Amino acid sequence: MNQPLLSIRNLTVEFHTDSGWIQAIDDVSLDVGEGECVGIVGESGSGKSVTALSILRLHDPVTTRLPSGAIDYRGTDLLRARGSALRKIRGREIAMIFQDPMSSLNPVLTIADQISETLRRHQGLDGATARKRVVELLSLVRIPDASRRADDYPHRLSGGMRQRVMIAMAIACRPRLLIADEPTTALDVTVQAQVLDLLRELRRELGMSVILITHDLGVIAEFAERVAVMYAGRVVEQAPVGALFRQPVHPYTRGLIDAVPGLDSEARRLTMIPGRIPGPQEMIPGCRFGPRCAWVQEDCRKAPPPMQPVSDRQSARCPPRVAALDVCDA
Amino acid sequence: MREPPIVQVRGLRKIFPVKHAGGVSMLQALNGVDFEIARGETLGLVGESGSGKTTVGRVLVGLIPTTEGSVSLFGRDITGRDGKAALSAVRSRLQFVFQDPYAALNPRMRIGAAIAEPIDIAGTWSRKDRNDRVAELLELVGLPRSSIERFPHEFSGGQRQRIVIARALALDPEFVVCDEPVSALDVSMQAQIVNLLLDLQDRLGLSYLFIAHDLAVVRAVSTRIAVMYAGAIVETAPRRDIYTNPQHPYTRALLDAVPRADPDHVPSPVITGEVPSLLDPPSGCRFHPRCMQVMDRCRQEVPKLRSSGAGRRVACHLLDDAGVETTGAQPAVGQPS
Repeated sequence: MNQPLLSIRNLTVEFHTDSGWIQAIDDVSLDVGEGECVGIVGESGSGKSVTALSILRLHDPVTTRLPSGAIDYRGTDLLRARGSALRKIRGREIAMIFQDPMSSLNPVLTIADQISETLRRHQGLDGATARKRVVELLSLVRIPDASRRADDYPHRLSGGMRQRVMIAMAIACRPRLLIADEPTTALDVTVQAQVLDLLRELRRELGMSVILITHDLGVIAEFAERVAVMYAGRVVEQAPVGALFRQPVHPYTRGLIDAVPGLDSEARRLTMIPGRIPGPQEMIPGCRFGPRCAWVQEDCRKAPPPMQPVSDRQSARCPPRVAALDVCDA
Repeated sequence: MREPPIVQVRGLRKIFPVKHAGGVSMLQALNGVDFEIARGETLGLVGESGSGKTTVGRVLVGLIPTTEGSVSLFGRDITGRDGKAALSAVRSRLQFVFQDPYAALNPRMRIGAAIAEPIDIAGTWSRKDRNDRVAELLELVGLPRSSIERFPHEFSGGQRQRIVIARALALDPEFVVCDEPVSALDVSMQAQIVNLLLDLQDRLGLSYLFIAHDLAVVRAVSTRIAVMYAGAIVETAPRRDIYTNPQHPYTRALLDAVPRADPDHVPSPVITGEVPSLLDPPSGCRFHPRCMQVMDRCRQEVPKLRSSGAGRRVACHLLDDAGVETTGAQPAVGQPS
């Protein structure tokens, strides 16, 4: 395989809280290839957003520490890069869109003001050129009547339109990597479908890599090429999207897939995972999914299970299930 | 003889005046809504933001007054001249479960006190009966008895929703409005709460109005489903029919828009546009600007909700000439190929 565009290695993130330092992320490794779309899926508290924020170092430096790990982006370790180097990458090389477009937009600036800020800063465009480019970008994200909309304030736009504005801002400098953190969670289903469609087309047109973070396996299935499943701060399974749905190895992945309410199922009850996700302050030795797992064995409770390969592109943190698969294959 | 429905809504209209710099505008939140809910039944009410689904739920339990039309609960009209008296007579028989379990619990109130609040307000219970009831309710929703002394922040979202449900059941209601009860929860928690609601329905004979913003979750819980768009019901049918043979173009669009957990599924073309502003809704059929099968007539004439098969009603001009009312045959809807 070629050199990946972004390579996260053994990332560990800790936050300071009233009860001391707690671990939010434990030993996360993830690669994103050139032009590839990687999905990170997990429930609240799984650490998927913390992973994304770490890439751009958007944490509060006072209450966060990163005791180990490295994030390599084209030869630069983002975790150790200086502020000036980081500023050249943020917004230009790697851009990010968030879940709630309203709180990410400045309510007292017009759409044009906010998008052109990026263009002026990174590309040094003058006012008139920047404005022209803003209108182009708004048309690119399919906002009707772009030149008039550019002068609107965010409150005049619907949720879907605001998310389009966020996307326009993110792609303004043609980034190589777009991090989309739950980009459609706050939107209605039909608008969600439109925004996903748009992201798909933009990816093709601009050839950028995407990290898509979501709790919705449906969105993952429709959008991602490769998937990392996170649970309680750890990646528990990684696989190409087809393999993940056809042959989920980790019991948590399997549970998540089964819990999606289907449109074609006649069942009156939904398949559920018993129990709940542990908080970062709850110290669970061994596998953190153990207390909810039907496959749990004595060894699972002792030490954190290692990530083991199942095939050349799929791996999981579940020795009993991986061993069971090996037996089946033999 | 059939038992009369426990909820009967006729021609419900709701207009909210909206003040702004230029004066007052009229927001037409509900524009003629009709439906019934029979005992033991669950009506799944589905619609996107701005469809009016939450307004329907609130009107139904008397939280907001109607502008026009009638609402009968357990055979008593709560919107007529004696509406107030009728509502207080039936109030203990209905309850409401809100979307956000974080906002629905007082952070400074212990769980035991929160669950007992409706009992305390009713005021007719002895201390012992009250405490026994709280313990029984906790068990009913699958929470440990020790929760009584704890505070909401000690619980996860799913557990809080269990607490909210326990409180709603305190006075043995017969009808519960569940307004997006699982939308704020994670997937694995959603399934737990949906199954809990189903178990409770079986054990206690509850009827639900289950409000949701997409068609995926309501499939498991509903007996019948009504799809709302911009203040009106556009289609209502027994649960199965909505998924196997949707008749209204909007129902089809909603179904197509749900992302499938299947990487081999090819997404259907997405409908364009967004839900219109209810301050200035489109003429004729309110869905016409987004409809792929729009005809001239749709722009002028509001389609009426009319029978389109066994237990089904749809508001769409495409079905008007099909004559399905008499034959009960498959309606001649042009399936977009």
